Amino acid sequence: MPLPVRRFDAVIVGAGGSGLRAALELSNAGLKVAVLSKVFPTRSHTVAAQGGVGAALGNMGEDSWHWHMYDTIKGSDWLGDQDAIEFMCRMAPEVVIELEHFGMPFDRNDDGTVYQRPFGGHSANFGEKPVQRSCCAADRTGHAMLHTLYQRNVLARTQFFVEWMALDLVRAADGTVLGVTALEMETGEVVLFQAKATLFATGGSGRIFASSTNAFINTGDGLGMAARAGIPLEDMEFWQFHPTGVAGAGVLITEGVRGEGGILLNKDGERFMERYAPTMKDLASRDVVSRAMATEIKDGRGAGPNADHILLKLDHLGPEVIDKRLPGIREIALKFANVDCAKDPIPVVPTCHYQMGGIPTNYRGEVVVPAGGNPASVVPGFYAAGECGCASIHGANRLGTNSLTDLLVMGKSAGMSMVDHIRAHGAALPDLPKGAGEASVARLARLDGQKGGEDVAAVRDEIQRTMQAHCGVFRFPDLLRQGVEKIRAAGERVARTQVGDRSKVFNTARIEALELDNLYEAARATMVSAEARKETRGAHDREDFHARDDAQWLKHTLWYRDGDRLEYKAVNLKPLTVESIEPKARVY
Amino acid sequence: MRQCEAVRSRETQRLRWRSRRGLLELDIVLGRFWAGCGEELDESEAGSLARLLAMPDNDLLDLVMGRKPCPDPALLPLLQRLKAA
Ligand SMILES: Cc1cc2nc3c(=O)[nH]c(=O)nc-3n(C[C@H](O)[C@H](O)[C@H](O)COP(=O)(O)OP(=O)(O)OC[C@H]3O[C@@H](n4cnc5c(N)ncnc54)[C@H](O)[C@@H]3O)c2cc1C
Repeated sequence: MPLPVRRFDAVIVGAGGSGLRAALELSNAGLKVAVLSKVFPTRSHTVAAQGGVGAALGNMGEDSWHWHMYDTIKGSDWLGDQDAIEFMCRMAPEVVIELEHFGMPFDRNDDGTVYQRPFGGHSANFGEKPVQRSCCAADRTGHAMLHTLYQRNVLARTQFFVEWMALDLVRAADGTVLGVTALEMETGEVVLFQAKATLFATGGSGRIFASSTNAFINTGDGLGMAARAGIPLEDMEFWQFHPTGVAGAGVLITEGVRGEGGILLNKDGERFMERYAPTMKDLASRDVVSRAMATEIKDGRGAGPNADHILLKLDHLGPEVIDKRLPGIREIALKFANVDCAKDPIPVVPTCHYQMGGIPTNYRGEVVVPAGGNPASVVPGFYAAGECGCASIHGANRLGTNSLTDLLVMGKSAGMSMVDHIRAHGAALPDLPKGAGEASVARLARLDGQKGGEDVAAVRDEIQRTMQAHCGVFRFPDLLRQGVEKIRAAGERVARTQVGDRSKVFNTARIEALELDNLYEAARATMVSAEARKETRGAHDREDFHARDDAQWLKHTLWYRDGDRLEYKAVNLKPLTVESIEPKARVY
Repeated sequence: MRQCEAVRSRETQRLRWRSRRGLLELDIVLGRFWAGCGEELDESEAGSLARLLAMPDNDLLDLVMGRKPCPDPALLPLLQRLKAA
């Protein structure tokens, strides 16, 4: 039986910052837009962002988009595409001021302009001195952004399909994207959403790691759907880690703890940072600290029964100092690590935070793949923005506060490209091919009919632990090779998942099984791409090739699901209007 | 009666999904809550949970972490259970 079909000009999967910003562009153009989201829009993961949104407004002193561009390229360790980076940094002030006009409650200066905070890596005059570039709404920037954009979309009559999960991309024989299939959680019904333009704004896949700051919802669904539809994933080996997440939980412990005198200990109680960074010790840069922690754990000096974490000791500061200088830390340690940190150390591990790679796009948000000799041939009707997209602005590492900037700029840019595409294609929707959506129906039938299968949580756990142990913040060749084998083997278990509960109504277990299919693709792309890249660049840090190798590796990875095939494409070092910023050593 | 239970279980399932949040901290706390005792919610507890889950993530986290006082005494018993989870 063919699936019921709903028709729109545009379908957007994801209602975080990027999806909402794109939807607004389309609805304001008078087009019929459907936005699908697994959760209520303002509960998207964007709500977690506190640090702010970067834009060279120059409200606190001189600043320029060109300096922002330099910082972004340097942050990316020269893997970012300079056309996309110029585009984002030039557009950033415009989209931030636009957001202010939409009603975003930014913190303000006395003269009424938006207040801007300092943030690591933001510099004036091409690295000369720090500059204040981060715009915030108290410590709720992401929350305020979601609310502001959601309200605007309601006014613009965007149609929301909340608690709907997109399952698979629908493509024509020539590769044109025609929409998605999606499951309504309340009824279990599967519907085909047909559209002239389809945008993925599904966020990151940070749950591939055992220790992650990401909410459970970040299972990389857009990546899984794209990979199953034959679209490659770009630069998936690049993941930003934070040195101190609570072991087993992922909740962040601010770097301020080390700033105030907290120290890291291995299982023998040794302050090991003295060995790795004799001068800076525990205050060394993030990558140095993370690498040292990973090395201690790998060499068997991790703490705990599984020797899998490091201890962050701060009891020597005394309860008064802890409460005064580090408010909230005691509550967090108690709730998520079950320790009173005024007495006992907090177990911590390097924790995954942000996905730099994703679905390959250009700076217009159009999905691009190699075809017919063109390394970046546009997939008609398909767009991606936000953390699931790779334009590539962040390259091998993201500059702080640039993700929210990316959501606004690339969300708007993708929306504008979609408006153009829809207008150019007239009123008629292209025909759906015979059997459209059958793949999703078959996937559900397999799951529902599985007997003697695998437990979803157990398989997910295995994938997450494999990723953490074999492809973490510091990467060792033997572990990577074993990791590839393990992750391939896990595929057989993913294909045999089973859920006990067969009901169709808000069946969380069934949804988690479907999410696992996507999580797996993101994990596999990461492991295979990481094993293959034999250099250290940005967040991809290898023990055996411990330097950047521009001669061989100044190129983007493209991973294809089919046979774990890898291709590479050149980095665009040519900006739109200014001179190229040539690769040089990245030192801070 | 059977129908009543079916409605209730549908409501429980819905609340369970709505416990998927934008903030990791809440995912963890709510996950513990469901693992502990969630399935046995009575009607008034389910009502309280629905109201708490309708709150913005940051506000709910402030309550759970005890950073802000509970705005409504009726929510207190369930909030206590979340805090204890
Ligand atoms: C703790 C934390 C703090 C951060 N702080 C900052 C900061 O200060 N500044 C900064 O720039 N960045 C920050 N980041 C990063 C930034 O918050 C994220 O990269 C960004 O919010 C991602 O937004 P998004 O629009 O791509 O996706 P998300 O906000 O993750 O939204 C994804 C959307 O897709 C939907 N979705 C996913 N799959 C499906 C599916 N199958 N069907 C239907 N809908 C689906 C979800 O329901 C959701 O609506 C932080 C990240 C974390 C974890």
